Amino acid sequence: MHAPGHNRPRNSGTPLDPSWFEGVGVNASAVERRAASLTARRSVKKEYQAAWLVQALTCIDLTTLAGDDTPGRVRRLCAKARRPLSEDLLAALELDAPPTVGAVCVYPTMVAPAVAALAGSGVPVASVATGFPAGLTPLPLRLAEIAYAVEQGAREIDIVISRAHVLNRDWAALYDEVQAMRAACGSAHLKAILATGDLKTLRNVYAASMVAMQAGADFIKTSTGKEDVNATLPVSLVMLRALRDYGERTGFSIGFKPAGGLRTAKDALNWLILMREELGVAYTRNDLFRIGASGLLTDIERQLAHYATGRYSASYAHAMA
Amino acid sequence: MGKIADILKTMEYGPSPEASDAVRAWLLLHDQGFGHFINGAVTKPGALFEVRDPSTATQIAAATQGTGADVEAAVAAARAAQPGWAALPGHERAKYLYALARLTQKRERFLAVLEALDNGKPIRETRDIDIPLVARHFYHHAGWASLIASEFPGSRPVGVCGQIIPWNFPLLMLAWKVAPALAAGNTVVLKPAEFTPLTALAFAEICVEAGLPAGVVNIVTGDGETGAALAAHEGVDKIAFTGSTDVGRLIRRATAGSGKRLSLELGGKSPFLVFDDCDLDSAVEGVVDGIFFNQGQVCCAGSRLLVAESVEARFVARLKTRMARLTVGAPLDKSTDIGAIVDPSQLRRIQGLVEAGRAEGAEIFQPETKLPATGSFYPPTLACRVEPANILAREEVFGPVLATMTFRTPDEAVALANNTRYGLAASVWTENINRAYEVASRLKAGVVWINSTNLFDAGAAFGGYRESGFGREGGREGLAEYLTVADLPRKPVAANPARFSAAPGPAAPGLDRTPKNYIGGQQARPDGGAVYSVRDPQGRALGQAGLGGRKDIRNAVEAAAKATGWAGATAHNRAQVLYYIAENLSARAKEFAERLRAMTGEPGESEVEAAIQRLFFYAGFADKYDGAVRAGPRKFVTLAMNEPYGVLGIVCPDEAPLLALISLVAPAIAVGNAVVAVPSAAHPLAATDFYSVLDTSDLPGGVVNIVTGENDALALTLAEHDGVDALWRAGPNAGEKRLEEASAGNLKSTWMLGEGVDWAQAQGREFLRRACEIKTIWTPYGE
Repeated sequence: MHAPGHNRPRNSGTPLDPSWFEGVGVNASAVERRAASLTARRSVKKEYQAAWLVQALTCIDLTTLAGDDTPGRVRRLCAKARRPLSEDLLAALELDAPPTVGAVCVYPTMVAPAVAALAGSGVPVASVATGFPAGLTPLPLRLAEIAYAVEQGAREIDIVISRAHVLNRDWAALYDEVQAMRAACGSAHLKAILATGDLKTLRNVYAASMVAMQAGADFIKTSTGKEDVNATLPVSLVMLRALRDYGERTGFSIGFKPAGGLRTAKDALNWLILMREELGVAYTRNDLFRIGASGLLTDIERQLAHYATGRYSASYAHAMA
Repeated sequence: MGKIADILKTMEYGPSPEASDAVRAWLLLHDQGFGHFINGAVTKPGALFEVRDPSTATQIAAATQGTGADVEAAVAAARAAQPGWAALPGHERAKYLYALARLTQKRERFLAVLEALDNGKPIRETRDIDIPLVARHFYHHAGWASLIASEFPGSRPVGVCGQIIPWNFPLLMLAWKVAPALAAGNTVVLKPAEFTPLTALAFAEICVEAGLPAGVVNIVTGDGETGAALAAHEGVDKIAFTGSTDVGRLIRRATAGSGKRLSLELGGKSPFLVFDDCDLDSAVEGVVDGIFFNQGQVCCAGSRLLVAESVEARFVARLKTRMARLTVGAPLDKSTDIGAIVDPSQLRRIQGLVEAGRAEGAEIFQPETKLPATGSFYPPTLACRVEPANILAREEVFGPVLATMTFRTPDEAVALANNTRYGLAASVWTENINRAYEVASRLKAGVVWINSTNLFDAGAAFGGYRESGFGREGGREGLAEYLTVADLPRKPVAANPARFSAAPGPAAPGLDRTPKNYIGGQQARPDGGAVYSVRDPQGRALGQAGLGGRKDIRNAVEAAAKATGWAGATAHNRAQVLYYIAENLSARAKEFAERLRAMTGEPGESEVEAAIQRLFFYAGFADKYDGAVRAGPRKFVTLAMNEPYGVLGIVCPDEAPLLALISLVAPAIAVGNAVVAVPSAAHPLAATDFYSVLDTSDLPGGVVNIVTGENDALALTLAEHDGVDALWRAGPNAGEKRLEEASAGNLKSTWMLGEGVDWAQAQGREFLRRACEIKTIWTPYGE
């Protein structure tokens, strides 16, 4: 069984070519307007909303990235990842098969317990690495950390880029770094966290996206969840335009992962609308779309319970992650 | 397998209808048909016409066809209510406007659904755009009501306003008309469009709920005949019309010479300029908001896409992809992008124009969008390879149809953009601010959106250049349309009118010196070569003047149109030239005074002195009559720029032959116009002497052109000339009707000053205001 996203030709990268992003206009005001009106242009209700929420659920990278993570905490998260919906909800929704989340995302030292807890579920383990979240440890250590996580069984590595390379326009350094990380990943997929809250301008976001993809990223991801501003719709829109442009030039489909700040079912629907409107239905599926979140799942469960029962549900009624 | 599993395969949005129960219940209450709203009460329904939901082609209501008697009653009610309404302290009027805003807001959802049902536009637009802007407009003007006394001291309301509004933004256009009128102390008779009367009738109920005094707002429903009756009614002091250029022309003719104030917001063929350095994806979204908003039934729709040839292929490819994602369907569905065309007749018009465009060589693209089986729907349409002569490049389609052309350079982009009879709006996409403002300044358009499109705010003036009409709505400029800001000073008209005869007559005794016309900075013999005799009050020949004709006016207008450098000169520079003219006039004051005395029999010294003062006054103003930054939406710099009309025709009275000429010409050129002036026919010699003053004052050739001859005939030629952008005329009222009728050709702005103006007092901002049109430039900022 393929883990989500592991069924497509991988991005082989291209030589660094700044002409793909330098001089590309990104007008922040217009992007903000589009992002604001986009989610007001589409609405999903009733059974359609329930279906969309199930879809969102399957795209979640269920995440714990806290200093107090323990193997026990990770096991509980994995249990939720395997079976996010209760039996009665599953029955009410009449799905073909019980859904799982897209992946479980943890720190490198938590990969082993996660892999064990998810054995046989088909849910891959993703590990952050490379001195997450700041990414300012020496490059050899960052690469070694990737190797460690892969060795522990991580199928996906969420790396952080050196923001300094973007802020100082050192595209070659950024490219070399991500390329080296991609090599260290081996068969594991590389998700490049751009930490867009640190990059500030949308032109920086576009350029960093393009360099990461040229260096071989399989996914581009907005945020660590630790910046002041995490995933926003305008930033996501710019990243989607970048990966579409990259795809048009190379034929590769790059995945997208917003992370941080998506907490409500409504957020999840908004991002799914963004994906569908900008890139089509294929980009609403978890091989090309992930949502980095922890609390989101509970809100989705509550909305699904409301659909199934017609009553508003209490959060304590759902098994916690 | 369940429904959810099915949906997961396609990820369709599914239906998402907005509830319409409250609206349908309201319509049921009125199932006997709607009457008018006159003098605070609803009239009994009369002869009814059907009101249909264009998305289903079914009748949803019936409204009364307004008769002449209905209009009469409404105007009478408005007239009776007007003094009391105007006499209320501004604060009291503000409270009513505030109540209208609040009540609109409280019924936002109801009005949004009603509008979508009646007009066919998507609920997203009525909910997120139309109705919030309505409330904003009433709030903004509640503010003005409080401020008029202090912000427009000495002003007074115009009186009874007849307002005729279109079907594309029914309630928003009502707000644009009613709010400023009421704030300024006017009362109104409003006629909504026959296709879409329902939100106006709902607004009548809001007026009652707000306790608005009876007669302040009157609403008469009906078709064009009702509108014509209102436009022609003698008891109406002002007509404000929004609609097609053709109907605007009819109204211009119908109101000609009546002394009615007139503002016209008409059609457009607005350019949407995409430069190669812009954010192409955002520009694609701009196109969506520009031409597919409200099914393209928007007067300022960006209907001509001008795209840099170097990015055309990429841009058009992205646009096509985007168009394929637009949904066309039920207006009340929250996921609908494009709703119904307002009426089958409009749908047929769109279909006809697209076919004609195709026949003329346009390549038509329509995505495979599913259209509903019934109702009036039209898919988003892109016409590529549209040459400037193509009907789709010239005619306003008023549908979701975009005509595409390419350009190579910014100069060419501007030339193509301005290659139209219209001048309502424009949208400029570039990441280069120098280029953005260069292009914005050269576009002939009343509104320019930089990296944005179709944005509106109650505080920002909206209105067109050229055949897109005149007058502005919104903001300070819009309010001024509903005020008499300053009455012209008047004095009794002379008992013995000056005499003029075109019959050949003698020259002055002595050496013959016959002045010629002054065109393009050169003296030019009248085309016909004829002259006429200028006489003193005793009938003695003082000399001769050229008997100018049509071709002289033509030549003068051509020279004026070439004098574009004047508008581009710095205001400081224009001021210096005006000072220089004053200086040179002063040096020859004695000679001018003698000339005036000879022609009029009056001592001329004070007139010459007043003329010098007037030149100083407008020289002083040249670099101070500047624009403003409007407090609109956040993160926009919204500029209100005063721009000269271009070529201004000026027809002078017989009174104060030098002073009147200078009182009219000086403000016109101070702001950058080029003028064609027709001096008093009876007393032309001060004007013809004056051109030698101009010659020595560094005034560039063509900025002031002087054609002497029979006043009314030359004025008519100016009024008819499509290259004249505005016409001022001071003279007996009897001549005004013909001129204003003739001005309908290119819908030039006219200012009829009448006779008996006290020229010694006639100066002020009003002259500058009349010499400019407002260009509103919206520039977003953000990083």
